[in-house]
Amino acid sequence: MFVLVVGGGKVGYYLTKELINSGHEVVLMEKDRRRAEAITEEIGSVVISQDGCEGKYLREAGANRADIVAAVTGDDEDNLVICQMAKHHFDVPRTIARVNNPKNEALFRHLGVDEIISPTRMILGSIEQDIPVHELLHLAALGVGELEIIEAHLQPGSPAIGRLAGDLTMPAGCSLFGVIRNGTPTPLRSDTMLAEGDKVIAIGRPDCEEELRGQLIGDHTEG
Amino acid sequence: MKAVIVGCGRVGAGLADELDRAGWQVLILDITSAAFDRLPASFGGTALRGDGTDEDTLRRAGAEHADLFLAATEGDNRNVMAAQLGQEALDAKRVIAKINDPVRADAYAHLGVATLCRTNLMTTAVLEFLGQATGNRPGIYPPEARHAHAAAMPHSKSDAGTTSAARAADAEE
Repeated sequence: MFVLVVGGGKVGYYLTKELINSGHEVVLMEKDRRRAEAITEEIGSVVISQDGCEGKYLREAGANRADIVAAVTGDDEDNLVICQMAKHHFDVPRTIARVNNPKNEALFRHLGVDEIISPTRMILGSIEQDIPVHELLHLAALGVGELEIIEAHLQPGSPAIGRLAGDLTMPAGCSLFGVIRNGTPTPLRSDTMLAEGDKVIAIGRPDCEEELRGQLIGDHTEG
Repeated sequence: MKAVIVGCGRVGAGLADELDRAGWQVLILDITSAAFDRLPASFGGTALRGDGTDEDTLRRAGAEHADLFLAATEGDNRNVMAAQLGQEALDAKRVIAKINDPVRADAYAHLGVATLCRTNLMTTAVLEFLGQATGNRPGIYPPEARHAHAAAMPHSKSDAGTTSAARAADAEE
């Protein structure tokens, strides 16, 4: 696999190192000359000290034969441009962007970036899992069709407690597929009786959330 | 008519003033409030400090449904991002992004954003002044396709390497 990494910060540096160690062909673009030299000293001459947002330098770095372009600079706008240039100008089959502002995820996806990695969202998700909230938890985003894996923790007051899973009316585009009870995961069948403390796992589109929240969480006020 | 201008540099401020005097409803954003010193005292539009590449900021500022959305900051990529937000999320009718790199200016025109390329404008102006042939360097690349869902751009791989990039080498500032 030939991977073109753009951005030689911490993420780009370790990513490049790991990819080389697993036997991939890698070129790293880092526009800051001193940073580029420091990385070259450490891991060898895989670094091109040019701006990966410029079409000319992307071509020189071999963008037109790259299998993957990973844009991991600290600036969302740069990562967007790198991926769009790679995708539309050089026909790169797979583009990956780091996104810092979670609000930008939808735009990036809409504009054709294949995979979006949001450290902010990941840390947020991790924090949400640790504190009990009367909210739906976003466990992961699935690449295709903007689907999400969502968890609902059934707490006292949830309208779903004591009901059969089959009796719940789920919105189109959303499906319940599992329940975690006392730490044990089981598939959710239509004759599963839901109980307090259950963690129900669903896959659905973001626009189903409102309905899902109503069915599983109920009308809570915080605290 | 409603105009949203991101970036209050000389171009942004100048156009904001012109459109304001022509009777447009003008909203101009910049990340530094000092930039608004460029606006004349008579400016009757709204000047707002904020990041024009941030969707929340733009919505709070009321940047939706503009007749013109012009991204004219100093950064090509910030302009690309702001313009695409204007087009895809904020329902702007016409979107223009200032992109000084001719390769990117050409590429984004294919993706449906009208792009304004200072490099080409100035190169052409100098060559004209010298009485030399100016070649094909459009100052504004008109949008050629609707964004996003348009499939690959009409550039083939080899084409991307030769025509546009070669033009960039010629015209670089």
